[in-house]
Amino acid sequence: MPDVTTPIAPAPTLPGARIEGAVHDPRRHESAHKHVSGEAVYVDDIAEPAGLLHVYLGLSSRAHARIRSIDLSPVRGAPGVVAVFTADDVPGVNDIGCMGKHDEPLFASTLVEHVGQPIFAVAAETRDQARRAAKLAVVEYEELPAVLTIAAARDGARTLVTPPMTLRVGDADAALAAAPHRVEGRLAIGGQEHFYLESQIAMAVPGEDQEVLIHVSTQHPTEVQHIVAHVLDVPDAAVTVEVRRMGGGFGGKETQSNLFAACTALVAKRTGRAAKLRPDRDDDFQITGKRHDFEIDYRVGFDGGGLVRGVEMLFAARAGYAADLSGPVTDRALFHADNGYFYPAARLESLPLKTNTVSNTAFRGFGGPQGMVAAERVIDEIAFALGKDPLEIRKRNFYGTDAGGDGRNLTPYHQTVTDNILPELVAQLEESSGYWTRREEIRAFNAKSRILRKGLALTPVKFGISFTASHYNQAGALVHVYTDGSIQLNHGGIEMGQGLYTKVAQVVAEEFQVDISTIRPTATSTGKVPNTSATAASSGSDLNGKAAQAAARSIRERLVAFAAEKWGVAPEAVRFGRNRVMVGDRDMSFADLVRAAYMARVQLSATGFYKTPKIHWDRAAGRGTPFYYFAYGAACAEVTVDTLTGEYVVDRVDILHDCGRSLNPAIDKGQIEGGFVQGMGWLTMEELWWDGEGRLRTHAPSTYKIPACSDRPRIFNVALLENAPNREDTIFRSKAVGEPPFMLGMSVFHALSDAVASVAGHRFCPRLDAPATPERVLTCIAALRERAAASRQ
Amino acid sequence: MRQRLRFYLGDELREIDAVDPTLTVLDWLRLSERRVGTKEGCAEGDCGACTVVVGRLDGDTLRYEAVNACIRFLATLDGCRLLTVEHLKGPDGALHPVQQAMVDCHGSQCGFCTPGFVMSLLALYLNEERPDGRRIDDALAGNLCRCTGYEPIVRAAQGMYDIGDRSADRFADRAAMAEKLKALRDEEILGVGAGGRRFLAPATVPQLAQLLLDNPGATIVAGATDVGLWVTKFQRVLATVIYTGRVRDLRRIEDRGDALVIGAGVTYSDAAERIAALYPDFGELIRRIGAEQVRNMGTIGGNIANGSPIGDTPPALIACGATLRLRRGAETRELPLEDFFIEYGRQDRREGEFVEAVILPKPAAGMRFRAYKIAKRFDQDISAVCGAFRLRLDGEGRVADIRIAFGGMSGTPKRAGAAEAALLGGHWTEDAVIRAMEAMAGDYTPLSDWRASAGYRSMVAANLLMKLYVETSDPAADTRLVGDRRLAHA
Repeated sequence: MPDVTTPIAPAPTLPGARIEGAVHDPRRHESAHKHVSGEAVYVDDIAEPAGLLHVYLGLSSRAHARIRSIDLSPVRGAPGVVAVFTADDVPGVNDIGCMGKHDEPLFASTLVEHVGQPIFAVAAETRDQARRAAKLAVVEYEELPAVLTIAAARDGARTLVTPPMTLRVGDADAALAAAPHRVEGRLAIGGQEHFYLESQIAMAVPGEDQEVLIHVSTQHPTEVQHIVAHVLDVPDAAVTVEVRRMGGGFGGKETQSNLFAACTALVAKRTGRAAKLRPDRDDDFQITGKRHDFEIDYRVGFDGGGLVRGVEMLFAARAGYAADLSGPVTDRALFHADNGYFYPAARLESLPLKTNTVSNTAFRGFGGPQGMVAAERVIDEIAFALGKDPLEIRKRNFYGTDAGGDGRNLTPYHQTVTDNILPELVAQLEESSGYWTRREEIRAFNAKSRILRKGLALTPVKFGISFTASHYNQAGALVHVYTDGSIQLNHGGIEMGQGLYTKVAQVVAEEFQVDISTIRPTATSTGKVPNTSATAASSGSDLNGKAAQAAARSIRERLVAFAAEKWGVAPEAVRFGRNRVMVGDRDMSFADLVRAAYMARVQLSATGFYKTPKIHWDRAAGRGTPFYYFAYGAACAEVTVDTLTGEYVVDRVDILHDCGRSLNPAIDKGQIEGGFVQGMGWLTMEELWWDGEGRLRTHAPSTYKIPACSDRPRIFNVALLENAPNREDTIFRSKAVGEPPFMLGMSVFHALSDAVASVAGHRFCPRLDAPATPERVLTCIAALRERAAASRQ
Repeated sequence: MRQRLRFYLGDELREIDAVDPTLTVLDWLRLSERRVGTKEGCAEGDCGACTVVVGRLDGDTLRYEAVNACIRFLATLDGCRLLTVEHLKGPDGALHPVQQAMVDCHGSQCGFCTPGFVMSLLALYLNEERPDGRRIDDALAGNLCRCTGYEPIVRAAQGMYDIGDRSADRFADRAAMAEKLKALRDEEILGVGAGGRRFLAPATVPQLAQLLLDNPGATIVAGATDVGLWVTKFQRVLATVIYTGRVRDLRRIEDRGDALVIGAGVTYSDAAERIAALYPDFGELIRRIGAEQVRNMGTIGGNIANGSPIGDTPPALIACGATLRLRRGAETRELPLEDFFIEYGRQDRREGEFVEAVILPKPAAGMRFRAYKIAKRFDQDISAVCGAFRLRLDGEGRVADIRIAFGGMSGTPKRAGAAEAALLGGHWTEDAVIRAMEAMAGDYTPLSDWRASAGYRSMVAANLLMKLYVETSDPAADTRLVGDRRLAHA
């Protein structure tokens, strides 16, 4: 296995025809032809083993209650029911939590802590039967006081699900006290449902002895393996988890798939029959966690030029009833509370509050977006306080650039930013979007428009790349070359639509200089590549691309050594061209070389491994280098608001985004466009609404509205930043792209705020909360008008 | 009575004797046929992942429509042709232009919504030549994608017309299939079922009237865009379903001279153009009811008969002064639509009675009609508030006629009596409108729920009256964010 610290140089390649699907090519998704024909197989499409049982969950109807008694006899007696399982039937540990805190039971037994918490599972011959039977349990509850909101949790005992974190740089109190100007306020940001189009699903097939094979829609097969093993009380080695593709994940299948997998595994092992569990969409909404909602209290001190002197922020998050990933998520909110801005002094604190709601979890950006919205609000506050355009204040507060060397590069977590390209990137976008001209046009429009008002905002993104849990920054791959020259590729990453399998196949095609059609990506399996990390934190292609490259290079090195020896040439004289190899003057097909190598007993299979260099993080001290590098971007959004109704449309968005040297510009553009629209949805129309009993009433697409086709920007210009290779040695100098574009959606939120501010002559910061539904926009307009009227009197 | 369901799955005639009356097309495809290309995303007709295309006879011509397989009952396919994503590839394995365009434009990421998009695009491709951007948005409004942000799919919708010869498309020759479907057409009642439960689909109005008298507990199903959810979400067991979709006389729109008589089985899609010709803003409102898949199934009669306080057509119909024709056996009666809605969950409909038609009067000279739908999302959303207004001023600028009706403000669609009274006879001025906005506070006591708070509902309802005023008094004012902005000044 090659040592990652001394990377193998690429082999000399032949001039001439480029391979199909080389790195940096806008290659189509490897499954596109199967997506469009319906032939791509998702878990629910796998041919069911004979005798398969369908499983459904019985759920708590109370937010917080002791279970006095459960009568499951009506469930057992329902048509088609084969078995019912409760906490008493768990052979191992009744826990599916990802943090080892034992705070997330597979089945609640004595206490329920949110509406929708599973209490039992029923297995029946058909899904319809299981679903009907699950409703028949008679559960007697003794109700306990339920804490449902951030406000209630703050006012009460302030129970935390996990220890909070504080980041400190400089002396924030002193800086605030000494600052010429100060503003403070509170910002509320709603959560978000993932709304992956394929709901959660798992199918377990029992094997011999302790073995079980699980097909599950998950971003984290290794964690599923661990959870299933400890729920069943079997070794990890007995559990195999396989994922070919997911119908979307977005973080919602990082830990949330554990429940479904563990439940089907339990049923499969106890009954000896294959078992499948797919919740109805309404139940999926109730059972699974979402993006955390936050209330953020901020204080900022600044000078007359708008330069930040000191910042304090407290991030109170609704964590739900258990820890899940709330620790790392609220940590990341702090890591991004600076966005692209230098704070000479800052104190940032998290408050992951326990509530009697579903346990919130990972979602694209992982707390980062909430931190960045807070940063942008602070900048807006300064701009309104000084009567300046927010873009001026943004630019003024950017981190310094390497070349500048002005000491403005230290983050609140004491990592020095060495790759800041925001000033140039924003300058380019400012120019290409015509920001200042349009600012004037919009001012003129608003001056004469009676009902409709326009708003404009340009917001930047700086996003740290790496898991903040440093040990996650590793990956493995497995490459087999067969004697006909075809290649099988396997790695630890999950294909969830982001094009990971395509990008990694491009890497392997590039290494062997064969057309990408030669490479067959195979389903991710804990049996092929073990001990994998979640496909999360935007890390998929960075980590797995490097691991696959290492595996491919191992094999290529062996082929080169073999050819050099067999045909008596120097290794440098073995050169790879499109599907061919030149050994000295001898020209042969790649397949011919492979066959010859096989005959000479050369190993044609290799594993590859990669770990991200340079990173470390000391959480207790709040110091370290948690990120290998940063990805940057910026978006300029223009909106029109109806001041009688609060409705709005997004007229135009211009994006310039940094993918380093893109592995696949078509796929990356798709990530940018899709991430932007998802981020915009979070901050605009997507609203989670719980009633007073803790029941989620926006529980399906009929009530929970994600952006539809016509909600996308009417003019949508998306460009990748050119000539900007990653300064770090990432896979072909590309940058991660999964999460960063999500935060570009902030531009729409701030453009709405800008339009709203126009009703009071931009004299007051609108302090618009998210999501900015038409109701919030109209309420904000009404409040501003009142304030303006009051200030005139 | 014919006791066998007959339809075409692609080119294959399927005849089924025993069928669960509420078995959905999606479950039949996935569970019985193992055709798993069609996906379930929500099981409530809101995400479009299950979109299939149904060909049906409209008179003697074959029409292809995108519909949601998840809430459509299999037995409603009688006499139709069902196309699923598996039908699109050519015999040689070549992708259909719709599919190829999606591949070329990078229109799929996770791929789960993709078969549904492909089928919506197929319907568009078969029915329209190079639609404009707004029309593409409409055609795709019922398909949610969480990955792409839609941009590449819209590019595919434009690009698909550049691939291959549309006139030579495999599905372009409708005549032969129309003949096959005509051969399935009959005037008999279709009666199929399983396990003692029945699906009855009459072909004529008298048959329907008699079936309703004979089966007092039966559930009437038209588009199933509501009843479908009773089955998929609440798992209700319906013993007898009487389906109105085969009754051709209910699917007619008759021009009576002074009014349109719209049969209760007319779908939103069927009615949109005729209504828009009379009341352009009503047409715009219909464009925003559900999405294409829902409008191809849902009926205006059903929207009235189910008595929902948030149905979108009742406020508009009430503002237009529409009346309702109810029928029981051979007896019919007519009543003003607003009188049909008694209170939440209760309508003036007797046992065995059904909505036969809604009678929409044509606008008199000088009448102006406006409808405004307020929701979190413009397309495929349920109204928080839906307001409709009909206004006529006399020669002196006084309000000669005003009808204001709102949905979402009360337990039923309801007129704003106090606001109307405040305006009637007075001059149409901003001050008068502000007084009427205040008077409206006495008309409604809305609820707070996940769609909107009571406060917002009241504020926005009053503001819509102001919007009406601005649109009718200041032609230069730009007041519309979506739809045809010219409507505001019509």
